[in-house]
Amino acid sequence: MEEISRRRFLGVGAAGTGVVGASVLGFDTARAAEVSQVLRIEGASVARSVCPYCAVGCSLLAYTKQTDGDHVELLQIEGDPDSPVNEGTLCPKGASSLELAMSRRRVPSPLYREPGADEWQQVSWDFALDRLAANIKASRDRTFVAQDADGNVVNRCEGIAFAGGAAFSSEEGYFATKVMRGMGLVYLEQQARV
Amino acid sequence: MTNHWRDIQHADLILVNGANPAEAHPVGFRWMMRAQRERGAKMIHTDPRFTRTSAVADMHVRIRVGTDVAYFGGLINYVLSNNLYHQEYVEWATNAGFVVSPDYAFDNGMFNGFDEETGAYDTTAWAYETDADGIAKVDIDHPRSVLNLMRQHYSRYTPEMVERITGIPRDQFLEVAKLVGQMGTPDKVMTIVYAVGLTHHTTGVQLIRSGAVLQLLLGNMGRPGGGMNAERGHANIQGNTDHAISWEILPGYLRIPAPGQRDLVDYVDESAPKRSRPNAYNYFGDGYRRFMVSLLKTWYGDTATKDNEYAFNYIPKPAENSSWISIYDSALKGNMEGVMLSGMTATSIGPDSNQVLQALSNLKWLCVMDPFATTSSEFWRAPGMNPSDVQTEVFVLPATHWIEKDGSFVNSGRWSQWKDQVIQPEGEAMHDHWILAELFSRVRALYEKQGGKFPDPIRNLTMDYADPVKPSLDELAQEINGRDLTTGKRLESFGDLLDDGTTTAGDWIYTGHYPESGNLTKRRDGVQDPEKNDPTGMGLYSNWAWSWPVNRRVLYNRASADPQGRPWDPERPGIVWDADQGLWVGDVPDYPDDEPPGPDATLPFIMTGEGTGRIFSNGVADGPFPEHYEPVESPVDNPLHPDVSATPAAYRYDEQAGRPNRFGTSDEFPYVATSYRLTEHEHYVTQNVEKLTQLQPEAFVEVPADLAVDKGIETGDHVRVSSKRGKLEVRAVVTKRLGALEIDGKKVYQIGIPIHWGFVGINTGQHWLANALTPFVGDASSRTPEFKAFLVNIEKM
Repeated sequence: MEEISRRRFLGVGAAGTGVVGASVLGFDTARAAEVSQVLRIEGASVARSVCPYCAVGCSLLAYTKQTDGDHVELLQIEGDPDSPVNEGTLCPKGASSLELAMSRRRVPSPLYREPGADEWQQVSWDFALDRLAANIKASRDRTFVAQDADGNVVNRCEGIAFAGGAAFSSEEGYFATKVMRGMGLVYLEQQARV
Repeated sequence: MTNHWRDIQHADLILVNGANPAEAHPVGFRWMMRAQRERGAKMIHTDPRFTRTSAVADMHVRIRVGTDVAYFGGLINYVLSNNLYHQEYVEWATNAGFVVSPDYAFDNGMFNGFDEETGAYDTTAWAYETDADGIAKVDIDHPRSVLNLMRQHYSRYTPEMVERITGIPRDQFLEVAKLVGQMGTPDKVMTIVYAVGLTHHTTGVQLIRSGAVLQLLLGNMGRPGGGMNAERGHANIQGNTDHAISWEILPGYLRIPAPGQRDLVDYVDESAPKRSRPNAYNYFGDGYRRFMVSLLKTWYGDTATKDNEYAFNYIPKPAENSSWISIYDSALKGNMEGVMLSGMTATSIGPDSNQVLQALSNLKWLCVMDPFATTSSEFWRAPGMNPSDVQTEVFVLPATHWIEKDGSFVNSGRWSQWKDQVIQPEGEAMHDHWILAELFSRVRALYEKQGGKFPDPIRNLTMDYADPVKPSLDELAQEINGRDLTTGKRLESFGDLLDDGTTTAGDWIYTGHYPESGNLTKRRDGVQDPEKNDPTGMGLYSNWAWSWPVNRRVLYNRASADPQGRPWDPERPGIVWDADQGLWVGDVPDYPDDEPPGPDATLPFIMTGEGTGRIFSNGVADGPFPEHYEPVESPVDNPLHPDVSATPAAYRYDEQAGRPNRFGTSDEFPYVATSYRLTEHEHYVTQNVEKLTQLQPEAFVEVPADLAVDKGIETGDHVRVSSKRGKLEVRAVVTKRLGALEIDGKKVYQIGIPIHWGFVGINTGQHWLANALTPFVGDASSRTPEFKAFLVNIEKM
């Protein structure tokens, strides 16, 4: 733990005084930055990722360390110097993507709000999925059109829409299309249009 | 993008329109700066605002929002009237010589074929003159050749007219035109870079097309350093467009079947491009049936047989446009029951957020799959809403982040890059595709148990994953790639796909990304070893990741070489005919790889029915040539045709649904407004990131300095910005970055509105929704909302 505290202290110190330098802290910050850098990723594993924000597609290096048991701690994210797209550089969003990854603001569990209610209830995955599946089936059955007024076979569900996916992995997006078309949805949309 | 990020370094001239890459795509912008610094390229930033992009551009051209067709039209006119176009390219690689049917007409803002009752054009009215086999007549000197009709059409776009419409002083416009006019020679190449500043208009599709037409005239399509390059705003907006989370397409840009199409023959006949020149390859048209049958085999497996048209009738056929605004329009009409949103928040996106809130309130149920609370998951307690009045049942399902799962992201340049799963899902978060697999499995079980409407597609959809409720992204990547069902092997190319039910491909444009040798999107031969990894020196890095189609880095690259197969510019080759090897070399050729050049050789644009790029096109809903129309809310009447000011084909949802009009006029709302993004935020998700909310904590609007003087507004003052639909009460930033424009003799001010704030996030005091202001209207072709040009008023509070 001591090791981590020291690293964190130096990490903050170096980041906060990168410009004003030695006159404020009274020691050589360049050296501090170097030490902190070495310690931060020392013994870490590196994984490859891609920035989650815009579509430049900057490659990221993500450094992790296995802590107690199976827990993997994300230590640092930086630009991948080998990428022909970004050559190691990142913008403020990409450079702070660790904060998105490690956010304390995540939704903790499935949430459910009854009609007219003024608060959420925490519910189990089974509750949420079963209830949603029942809603999907009911809406599909109520709004399914097998033949239109002209007698054309159309087999469409008019009462359910699915939208999203600009942050899906491609393969997830493909799966969403497959499942939604499989259920007969015609209202299908993502971020490209808006 | 037709090209890719790194390729922009090869440009001699960079036109940036409707984009602010220095702030919105900072790392992509490095390639523009590299062109500028290392090649001496010029950069022209044409934008209503002076931004950081303008600060390093060689010229900032202030333009009124939504008038870029007039700007590009003026450039087209300049290039044509001074004969500065690339003549050999234009005659060989575009449809300039095609003769248009005598029915074609354009008069006072209206093309032929408009139906007053439906408010839409019959696009088949814009046709070539053909023989009985559909082969077009070609005679470039014919009075009705595309070239001559185009000359006539754009002759109205004089520098004076450009000035009246756009506000760009004619001297400055001519300075731009002079630079652009130098780009039609083989040794020069220009790129056009754009973003949602061009697309978010009722004329959005034509704004892009007008740039593409200019690029075709200058011979810049298909060339390194050229092309039309869309900067997309989200990590995988490209991949998920390719995979068709979009109402009008199936994976690989196959059209969704339409009512009345009884079988695959009808479907292909109405959807696939038709060959209109004898030596057009028409690759897409020819392959359409093979691609569709392979998709149906992927989705419906053994159920898809020749006898049932490969389960063609399992695919739903929409009655009408079912895009973003249509979802909420349907809810307002009381027809939509349930909406699932994943990583997308309807409330903030709008348009007309107040109307969208009403639409969400009309739903029976709403499901939000997201790592964070959003303005949609919380809509029922948005400011001004009374939860007890909202009878919508709402679910939030915690989803995983990008870094908690593997899979690929496809960037703007079509590079599909695999990423690792770096950490485990946080808490109870579940992958989006597992949530969907769980839901589907439960829906399927309900149909098995209870029966219901047409359960066949649900019962028979293939779910042959090791664990059907936990498919791996690797399994899905293989499914997307496709297999030979006879051998069980994964395919190398979409050329191997067949229409007899013996092949699969979940998305034909990705066939070949995961051959038997492995997943090519994982390749990482990068810039540390340029000699080995970039042998052409053109920055293709062909063994870094994989780009669709078939790892081609520049689309239409046959047009990078002349008809004899020699690069237009030997310094910047795309592909080159190597007679010794009998092969095209360089980038992966967008052409049969061993077909020699020659007078009767296959035409260069192999995907189109014409074999050429299309200057004249009936693939758009509002005219075969781009024409300037005013935004639906505009401070002036269209100087070209005041009686037909906005496009007659824009889709006015409220009017069509019989709801009251929600458009304002300039007497009540005298200022033009436009919305945009800031470097430190991405849409709405970054309201959850502490560092970024510290950097840009608070909502504001940018107010032109002269207008601020008139209104007594100073930086930091609270102002109320209102449109016919809603208001914002935020601080003003008074700036010279937004100047007044002189439009047709009238002084016009533009107000800038960053979009990022709402009532959810770290700084919840900033609850105003920028899109409360924007109009509920869509582009004729794409139904994209007009986020970028609308009318407002501003008052000091």
